[in-house]
Amino acid sequence: MLFVGQAIQMVLVIALAPLVTGIVRKVKARFMGRIGPPVIQPYRDLIKLMRKETVFAENASWLFRAAPYAIFAFTWVAAALVPSFASGLMFNWAADVIALVALLGAARVFLALAGMDVGTSFGGIGASREMMIATLAEPAMLLVVLTMALAAGTTQLPGVADFLISAPITVRVSLALALVALVMVALAENARIPVDNPATHLELTMVHEAMLLEYSGRHLAMIEASSQLKLVLYLSLIVSLFVPFGMAPAQSGVAAWAFGGFAYVGKLIAGAVLLGMWEVSVAKMRVFRVSEFLGGAFVFAFLAILLAFLTREVMR
Amino acid sequence: MTLLLLAVALYASAGLAAAVFHRRLLAIVYPLCIAAAMLAIIAGLPVLFEGTSETLHLPLGLPSIGLHLALDPLSGFFGFIVNGGVLAASIYGLGLDREHDLSPRIEPLVPVFAAAMNLVLIAADAFGFLFFWELMSLSSWALVVANHRDPANLRAGHVYLVMAAIGTAALLFAFGGMAGVAGGYSFAAIRDAALDPVVAGLVLTAALIGTGSKAGLFPLHAWLPLAHPAAPSHVSALMSGVMTKVAIYGVIRIVFDLLSTPQWWWSLPFLVLGAATAVMGLLYALLDGDVKRVLAYSTVENVGIIFVGLGLALAFRTTGLEAAAAVAMAAALLHSLNHSWFKSLLFLGAGAVLHATGRRDFDGLGGLIHRMPVTAVFVLVGCLSASALPPFNGFVSEWLLFQAVLAGPEFPEPLLRFLSPAVGALLALAAALAAACFVRLYGIAFLGRPRSPEAARAREVPGVQVAAMGMLAALCLAGGLFGGAMARSLQPLLLMLTGAALPGRASGPTALSLVAFNASRSSYDAPTILAFLLISGVLTTLLVHRLSSRRSRRSAAWDCGFPDSSPSNQYSASSFSQPLRRVYGSTAFGSTETIDMPAPGDHRPARLRVGFRDHAWDWLYLAPARFILASSLRLNQLQFLTIRSYLVLMFSALIVLLVIAAVWF
Repeated sequence: MLFVGQAIQMVLVIALAPLVTGIVRKVKARFMGRIGPPVIQPYRDLIKLMRKETVFAENASWLFRAAPYAIFAFTWVAAALVPSFASGLMFNWAADVIALVALLGAARVFLALAGMDVGTSFGGIGASREMMIATLAEPAMLLVVLTMALAAGTTQLPGVADFLISAPITVRVSLALALVALVMVALAENARIPVDNPATHLELTMVHEAMLLEYSGRHLAMIEASSQLKLVLYLSLIVSLFVPFGMAPAQSGVAAWAFGGFAYVGKLIAGAVLLGMWEVSVAKMRVFRVSEFLGGAFVFAFLAILLAFLTREVMR
Repeated sequence: MTLLLLAVALYASAGLAAAVFHRRLLAIVYPLCIAAAMLAIIAGLPVLFEGTSETLHLPLGLPSIGLHLALDPLSGFFGFIVNGGVLAASIYGLGLDREHDLSPRIEPLVPVFAAAMNLVLIAADAFGFLFFWELMSLSSWALVVANHRDPANLRAGHVYLVMAAIGTAALLFAFGGMAGVAGGYSFAAIRDAALDPVVAGLVLTAALIGTGSKAGLFPLHAWLPLAHPAAPSHVSALMSGVMTKVAIYGVIRIVFDLLSTPQWWWSLPFLVLGAATAVMGLLYALLDGDVKRVLAYSTVENVGIIFVGLGLALAFRTTGLEAAAAVAMAAALLHSLNHSWFKSLLFLGAGAVLHATGRRDFDGLGGLIHRMPVTAVFVLVGCLSASALPPFNGFVSEWLLFQAVLAGPEFPEPLLRFLSPAVGALLALAAALAAACFVRLYGIAFLGRPRSPEAARAREVPGVQVAAMGMLAALCLAGGLFGGAMARSLQPLLLMLTGAALPGRASGPTALSLVAFNASRSSYDAPTILAFLLISGVLTTLLVHRLSSRRSRRSAAWDCGFPDSSPSNQYSASSFSQPLRRVYGSTAFGSTETIDMPAPGDHRPARLRVGFRDHAWDWLYLAPARFILASSLRLNQLQFLTIRSYLVLMFSALIVLLVIAAVWF
């Protein structure tokens, strides 16, 4: 039963990932006064890339060819651990929030290494900036999830989610700060405006796209799919931690799962719409402004965990 | 104990044989070292697992004291680290070239160094400890200056010698303070003595200076990135991976075992200095352009992490939270072991690169993944372990450490409650910086295109050296997968040091899970995660290959339509660290960038100059050195006085002394 639930979640996140990206793009286009591509366009793009011939640079090593699958696997496993429509699924116990952050870190390291493999200057610039952003975003993310873990008394994600489902709704300053920091980190990690522009190419400001420049065909499709999966992962993390409404608690029946599933999809769509609205309303920052933005996220996260430490006498 | 002494004797005889019959018998050192290391590992393991201890009193050394030796779980654990490192380095040494690499300045000293480290661990009196400690320092110093024609090595040796002397002097004070009241120099007598809190605090300070300078604690670390890379690479692996652990052993032995009444505030220097060391070590590493120096700075970082673990363990134990103390101590111990594996692996990898290309500066490397494919895989494993990424071993100890930080709200002391999230934040920062550092190291040295003709001609190193790296890489993976079992096998040691242990085998979801407090609070199951990763990765690969177009071809790199022809146009190590230098460098190092742009029409090349200052070096090393130099120059004038001035000096000294005597008594 739990195994089935876990399998449903793993398939669900992959199936929904391109749709979420499509919705974000559609919303952005509508707000800019364009009609925009249909929301299923990302699925078509992936299929098109799969059908295309794959071109490797002459200097590409095995790492370049293996990295897309490694990145996809790390991101997928991480996405499978975040509670989505139900908590307490099969493998949720295998890794906790700290391992989740580290799995995403591993995916990022492989992406940066793949960017440097061919030996072009664009790959290097992307890798170097991505790692600079990560040095601020990753600790902020870790502090956020540790704050949540502290509030719940466990670092297991289902435990945190269960705590938030059942906990009386009270306004807590530390959780609010953690939410702000997590949203800022999510924007940076998913290469969204104002940190990076997913639609840009051929500009010295690009970060994420610069690492993928040499990829084509099925490899590019894998990396695009992992980026879409990562967006879903962060949205799921935010909604499951801060808007756990509707999520089926551990050991509940199919009816609760179905309701949880609908609520989850609804929350994802709402998140995607909000993200699209946010992206049209702000401008992209210069690269070296990003450190201030993420430094802010780090400070928020630190304040959140500090408040959690000082206000909470004894951990359960 | 007998077996261990036999192993030490084997080490000593290997050193002696190489020294006496040099030239002909140099190559015999490494097989003997392998045998001795295996023997020592076999001798130490039962003590570690069963928690027993053996003592021995030999009529050697100082008259009336003799030499006390003891083998307890703590010695056994660190003996495992030391001899494991010696084993890997000796296997690597088997592949050294008889004609060019072996030298009578190096080979006789390697087993002496190994024997000295083993003896430090089993010494059970102050004299023996200090004697073997000094033997370890001197033998490693001789290895640092083995290639004495390079002035940089001589300078490194000089700084190392000064720092080692200061460290040993501090340890001398520490043991003097501990033994002064007890009147006995054996560890058993020291343990029984009750120390005055002030004396205990002074002993702690001296012990921290003594062991911290050997381990590379900021700001006493400055010698380490000079000396460790100067030695031959397999000796660098020993110094960085293993000798720093002997220093960690020293601080654990003194603070957790010998000092009888620890106070909670003793943990403060550990936490503050440890966290600062972790972050600063990596910032230094990110700015450096030499592969081996980057690895040495990364050692500084890991020592910082271990000190934070020890500090947390001390804080939890002194405030009565034994379970959390066990978690923090397990993190510190496992990180010592894990670091010894992945750092030895990385140093051996750097040695292989140095052997294959003759270069260790990033600007001369690149593209080695094509020319040294097997080494490249093993070094990648080392880099991923050092970046604390699952499923490798660095992550296990990092995970345990964060679990310990999360128990911080239980502290009764407000200061500790405030400090633990700050330490946690710095640890998180260090983890992310480590990933950046190792992406830089691997990406510049092994990926991309070769930046020099030497790198383009590189060849894979001899099979036995690859095997040594392979053994360590396998240990890094095994340490990551079986971290739970390893943490549980430390039970006797944890009980001895903290009074508690990690939860038993039945408590986790599977037999291999790592559980910190209890399974509902935190668990990490690396085998499941790895299986999950493999299944999803392989499934996806098969599916994609089945569904997608199989057509593929090689072509010139696209590079946005403007491919650069010269490999020197690739991103270099210093360009990789430019964003990080901008973000962190201005605060940590006061780094500056000046751009010299010629006017239009001028044919001068444009230049970018990057400068930074090492404040720790400037203030803690150069300033005292200048002061000592200036005052000795001033005092030097006393040598050239006339006889009248000497008489005046003597009489005035006499009068001053008489006045003091008159006032005092």
